[in-house]
Amino acid sequence: MKKYINNIWLGIYTVLVGMKITIIHLFAKNVTVQYPNKHPLEKASGDKMPMNARNRIFVDMDLCNGCNGCARACPVNCITVQTLKVVPGDAPPLKNGEKRGLWVPSYTLDFAKCCFCGLCIDPCPTEAIKMTTEFEYSAYDRKDLFYKFSTMTDEEIQQKKELLANFQAEKAKKEAEAKKAADAAKAAEAPKPETGELKIDN
Amino acid sequence: MGETKKVEFEYSQIDSERMRLNVGPQHPSTHGVLRLEVELDGEIVTEVIPHIGYLHRCFEKHCEKMTYPQVIPYIDRMDYICAMNNEWPYVMGIEKLMGIEVPEKVEYIRVIFAELNRIANHQIAIATFGLDAGAFTPFLYLFRDREFILSIFEKASGGRLLYNYYWVGGLAADVHKEFKEDVLSIVKQVRETNKEIADLLLYNKIFIERVANVGILPADVAISYGCSGPVARGSGLAFDLRKDAPYSIYDRFDFDVVTGHGEVGTVGDCFDRNIVRFHEMEQSCRIIEQAIEQMPMDGDVREKLPKKIRPPKGEIYTKAENPKGELGFYIVSNGTDKPERIKSRGTSFVNLSVLPEISKGYLFADLIMILGSVDIVLGEVDR
Amino acid sequence: MEQQILTLYDWIVKLSSSNLIALIVVITLPLVFLMVYALVAILGELKISAFIQERLGPMRTGPWGIIQPVAEVVKLLQKEDITPDAANKPLFNMAPFLMFTAAYAGFAVIPFSSHFVPAGINLGLFYIFAMGSLAVIGLVMGGWASNNKYSLLGALRSVAQIISYEIPAAIVILTIVVLASSMNLQVINANQGGWFWNWYLFGGPGTAWKLIIIPVTFSMFLLYLVASLAETNRTPFDIPEGESELVAGYHTEYSGMKFAMFFFAEYANMFVVAALISILFFGGWNSPFGDFMNGPIWGVFWFISKSFVFVFVQIWLRWTLPRLRVDQLMGVTWKVMTPIAFICFFAIGLWLMFN
Repeated sequence: MKKYINNIWLGIYTVLVGMKITIIHLFAKNVTVQYPNKHPLEKASGDKMPMNARNRIFVDMDLCNGCNGCARACPVNCITVQTLKVVPGDAPPLKNGEKRGLWVPSYTLDFAKCCFCGLCIDPCPTEAIKMTTEFEYSAYDRKDLFYKFSTMTDEEIQQKKELLANFQAEKAKKEAEAKKAADAAKAAEAPKPETGELKIDN
Repeated sequence: MGETKKVEFEYSQIDSERMRLNVGPQHPSTHGVLRLEVELDGEIVTEVIPHIGYLHRCFEKHCEKMTYPQVIPYIDRMDYICAMNNEWPYVMGIEKLMGIEVPEKVEYIRVIFAELNRIANHQIAIATFGLDAGAFTPFLYLFRDREFILSIFEKASGGRLLYNYYWVGGLAADVHKEFKEDVLSIVKQVRETNKEIADLLLYNKIFIERVANVGILPADVAISYGCSGPVARGSGLAFDLRKDAPYSIYDRFDFDVVTGHGEVGTVGDCFDRNIVRFHEMEQSCRIIEQAIEQMPMDGDVREKLPKKIRPPKGEIYTKAENPKGELGFYIVSNGTDKPERIKSRGTSFVNLSVLPEISKGYLFADLIMILGSVDIVLGEVDR
Repeated sequence: MEQQILTLYDWIVKLSSSNLIALIVVITLPLVFLMVYALVAILGELKISAFIQERLGPMRTGPWGIIQPVAEVVKLLQKEDITPDAANKPLFNMAPFLMFTAAYAGFAVIPFSSHFVPAGINLGLFYIFAMGSLAVIGLVMGGWASNNKYSLLGALRSVAQIISYEIPAAIVILTIVVLASSMNLQVINANQGGWFWNWYLFGGPGTAWKLIIIPVTFSMFLLYLVASLAETNRTPFDIPEGESELVAGYHTEYSGMKFAMFFFAEYANMFVVAALISILFFGGWNSPFGDFMNGPIWGVFWFISKSFVFVFVQIWLRWTLPRLRVDQLMGVTWKVMTPIAFICFFAIGLWLMFN
C-alpha cells in the first residue's frame, strides 16, 4: 500500500517537475536563428564561422603549378588536372615568384563528388588550393556543381599547344641536328621527332 | 446428459495467429535503415530478426584501393555520430606500425576531442532514447548542447560532423587560441543540461516505468555476444578499454568506470544502459577538465613524416573505447602506400547482435525501447 | 429554469420571425467557432512546442508565421487522396468523417454563454459522453479498414484505452452530477455562479464546511484531466498513434483531406474535454469575480478563455512527457484511477448525506 501511494505521488511529482522545467523554457530565449534572413556569420553571440571551416574549395590558378598533388590526394577523385609544358621564357612566373613549369589548361572540381575532407589542401606546395568559408552554393543542376577553375581560354590553350609543339619540334630538330653534327661520321638515323601532346598526368 | 463437463481453458489453446510485422527500413524508430522482422503474438514479441545491409558501402574493400590518409574520411562515415573516436584507433594503428611517437600536445588534444565526442554521442543516444519513449523536448535540449560541442570541432577541424582531424602522426590543424576556455564553458553547459535532463526525462516516473525491468541483458550473455561499451557496462561488467588496456595517455587521468547496478529495476535493463551513458558524460567532463589543466598550449601538432605514408610490412590490431564500445581496426600492411587489408570491428554491429536475445517476450513498445537502449548507428553496422 | 432566459435562439426567432433561420444560426455558430479554434490551436501547438524547445517555430507564413495553420490546411487539401488497394474502401472513407462528426456533435450541448447553448437538453453531460465514445468507432473503422498492421495495432490499442478511461471519467462526472443534482450543463454552470470559491473545484456553493471535500474535488479534477488526456489520445496517452512504435497508428494510411479530418477531430475533441473541465470544475461562463465582468457576452469570453487554458495544459503536457506503454496505461486506469474515483464518489455521497 505504501508503495502504491508512493508510486502515485512520484508520478504526480515528477510530472510537475518536468512541467516546471518546460514552462521555464517556454519563456527562455530561443537559440535558433532565421537562417537566410540572419546569417550564421552575423550571429549575435559572436560565434562566427571559423576561419578553417571546410567548405567550398577555391583554387588560385595564378599560384597553381600543376603538380597534381591535390588530385592524387583526393579520396573520391573529384579533382582533374590537365597540364601542358611551358616553353621557356613564355610564361609569367607564379604569383609567389616561383618559376612556372606547367600550364594548367584545365582544372576541374566536381563538388557533387567532393567530400570536403581537406586532404587536397595539405600536399599543395604553393598553397593554391584552399578551403573557404563559403557554403551557400547549392545549385539546381548537377552540372552547375562542376567547377572549372582554369582561366585559360581555348585560343590560349591552342596557342600554347602550338607553341609547345613548335618548340618541341624545333628542339627535336635541334637535337637531331646536334646529334647529326656530333655523329656526322657515323651517319646515324635521325631521332624520331616528338610531338607535343596534351599531357594527362593522372 | 446429467453431468456438466468442466471445460479446461488455457490461453495456449486459442487458435491465434501470429503477426509478422516489418519494422523498417523506413520507420521512425529504427535509427536508420535497419529492418527488423518481428513476430508478434498480440502485442508480445516472440521473435526478432534484424536484417542489415541497407547502408553497406564496402568500406573494407574500398580501403584496399586507398592510400592510408585517404581511408580516414571513410572511417569518419562509419559511426558518424562520433567520428573523432573512430579515427583514433586507425591512426594509432598506423603510428604503431611506423613507430611514430606523437607529440604530447597532440595526445592531450586527442583525448579532449575524443571525450567531447563521447559526450556528444551520449547526448544523441539519450536524446533518441527519449524520443523513442515519446519525449520530444529533451531531444532538442540535448541537440542544442551538441551543437556547441560541434562548434568546437568546427573551429579546430573545419567540419561539423565528419572531421578528418586525427591524422597519422598528429592532427590536421592546431586548435584555436581560446580553446581551453571554450571547452570549459562547454563542460559547464553539459553539466547544467544534464541536471535538467535528469529531472525532465531520466527520473520521470513514466520514463522509469517504460525502461525499468525491460530488455534485461545478463552479464554472461553480454560476454558471450561480445558486447562492449555502455551495453556491457549496463549489465554490471566494468569493462572499459581506457582502464583495462590504457592507450594514449588515459593512465594519467582519474576517472571511474560507470556500471549499471539496477537502480530502479534489474541489473542490465534499459534504464541501466541509459544511465551508464548519462554518468559517463560526467566522467568525460572530469577527464576533460584534468586534460585541459595539464595540456601544453604551444608546440607543433604534426610529426615530420615522409610525403607518402608507407608503414613497414606487418599487421596490427588496435582498439579504442568508442562511446558505443570497443572499436578495433586490423590493418595489414604490405609495405606500399595502400593497405593490403583493413578489417574493422564495428561496435554497433556486435552490440546489435544481442537484440534478438534480449527482446523476446516483451511488448512491441518495449522492443523499440530496447533497440534505442542498445544505441546503434547503421553507418557502422553496415559499413 | 432556462425558460425565463431570453436565449440567442429566441432572440433570433424574435428578430427574424423564422424558426429555421434561428436554427441554422445556432447550428452554424459552433462550426465556425470550431474552424477558427482549430486553426488557433494548431498554431498554438506549433508555437508552444517551439518555444518550449527553444525554437522559433513557423516563421515564414505571415508575421511570426501566424498563417501557418491555413497553409497547412491548404497543403492537406491539395494532397493526393490515397486509398490503399487492400483497404476496405467504404469503411476507410467513412472513418475520418465519423470521427469528425462525433467530435463536432459534442459541441451541440456545450453552453458557450448563459444565453447561448445550441441544444439545451437536460441530458447534456450524458450526451457529450455518448458522443465521445462514438469516436472509438471511427478509430477502429479507420484502423481496421486500412488493412495495415500498424493501423490495426493502433486501433485495437485505442479501443482498449478509450473504453477503460471512460470509467474513471464517468465516475467523476457522476460525482459532479450528484453534487449539482442535474445533468444539464446550463444548470451545472448556473450553480457555480458568484465568486470563484463557488466552483466545483472548491466544492461548489455552500458553507465553510465544504472545506472538507476540497481535497476530494481537487483529486476529481486531476482524475478527469488525466482521463480526458487519454480520451483525446494526447501524450502521455498517445499510444494509438504512438509515433515511435506505430509510425502513425490508426491514421498511417490516410492522406490529404481525410487525414485533415482526423486532425480536426483531435483538436475538436481537445476542446470538448477542455470545455467540460471548465464547465464541471471552473464555473464555465461564470466570471470568477462575482458580478465583475459577468453577463451573457462576457460569459463567452470567460468560457473560451477557461477552456483555452486547459487546451494549453494539454499541449504543455504533450511536450513535456514521454508516453506510457499499453499495459501500464491499463494499469493506471484500473489500478489507480478507477479506485480513487470510486472513493471520491463515496466521499461526496457521504458528505451530501450528512450535509
